[in-house]
Amino acid sequence: MAKSIVQEFTKGLWSEIPPFRLVLGLCPTLAVTKSVENGIGMGLATTFVLVCSNILVSSLRKVIPSKVRIACFIVVIATFVTVVELLMQAFTYPLFLKLGIFIPLIVVNCIVLGRSEAFASKNPVVPSTADGLGIGLGFTLSLGALGAVREILGNGTVLGMDVFGPSFEPFTFMVEAPGAFIGLGLMLCVMNLVGSK
Amino acid sequence: MGDYIVLAVSCILVNNILLAQYLGQCPFMGTSKKMETAVGMGMAVIFVLVMAGMITWVTNNFILVNFGLEYLRTIAFILVIASLVQFVEMFLKKSIPALYAGLGIFLPLITTNCAVMGVCLININEEYTFIQALVASFAYAVGFALALILFAGVRERILLARVPKPLQDTSIALVTAGVLSLTFFAFKGMV
Repeated sequence: MAKSIVQEFTKGLWSEIPPFRLVLGLCPTLAVTKSVENGIGMGLATTFVLVCSNILVSSLRKVIPSKVRIACFIVVIATFVTVVELLMQAFTYPLFLKLGIFIPLIVVNCIVLGRSEAFASKNPVVPSTADGLGIGLGFTLSLGALGAVREILGNGTVLGMDVFGPSFEPFTFMVEAPGAFIGLGLMLCVMNLVGSK
Repeated sequence: MGDYIVLAVSCILVNNILLAQYLGQCPFMGTSKKMETAVGMGMAVIFVLVMAGMITWVTNNFILVNFGLEYLRTIAFILVIASLVQFVEMFLKKSIPALYAGLGIFLPLITTNCAVMGVCLININEEYTFIQALVASFAYAVGFALALILFAGVRERILLARVPKPLQDTSIALVTAGVLSLTFFAFKGMV
């Protein structure tokens, strides 16, 4: 039993890591990764929603009629997104302003709905929690990594600290929209290269 | 009148929803493999987005603001959009079967299309008037369709090219989208 819970947790960190292996939730991935800080903040907010909605959906899985399950899942998810929104507004206001409309948009992030549908609606509470936590942390790691690549190349900094010294000319291209697409595409390529061996 | 044209141009080209605002990426990657599906999805988004833009604007300004319930905006909007999509689907099935056959499978997908929800939230955040919200919703949707169809055209050509193995599929699609987004970048500073 304990072993399978560990498996549910670790699969989110490599074999099913979003958004690389599961190509879901691309919008926040591309939009908020201008810096490491934004990426990790967004990742943690998504993780919170994912874990809470997985717990609630899996504990209600016998009560929810299967015909209206998607609507029920969306209401559950929207509730937790509102909770996160209010919490972030109260405690991390600068980050809340930077992430902007992408916090309410966690509602339509396919990863969250996808996990409710594919995992939590069929499994008991404990594995569902592990699954939500694993996938959420995997997502946070990916966002952090992409954020780091874009921040280092586009701005020459990591978490606001200088990396290259004053002579470095930043590629502002990387922090704009085209850099997001190309950066993610090349990271996916590297993942494929490492994974196929 | 001139203001509305500027707003429309800025929503279609300068702030293109797919390539500059990063919304609606899942259908952008998912439905752009073939031209037909791209056209179908583009039309379905134009249709739903215009209606959703109007209805969420009314919901927000006449119901939520009046009763001081702005904190329920996320839940209210997603429910309005989900039921609107269901309703449109049933209506089209009954009364315009030809259009339903064309848009059919794309309609349910739109509920979880963040472009729709995103534009509704942008309309509220920018404090647009009703007419401005209507113009912006339509223009964003046209921008979505435009970028999606252009991208589908490019992707059909990539199928014929020899792509290195690790770059195949989504990876090359993302890099291509980056190049496309670079061309839209040139519109910056136009408005």
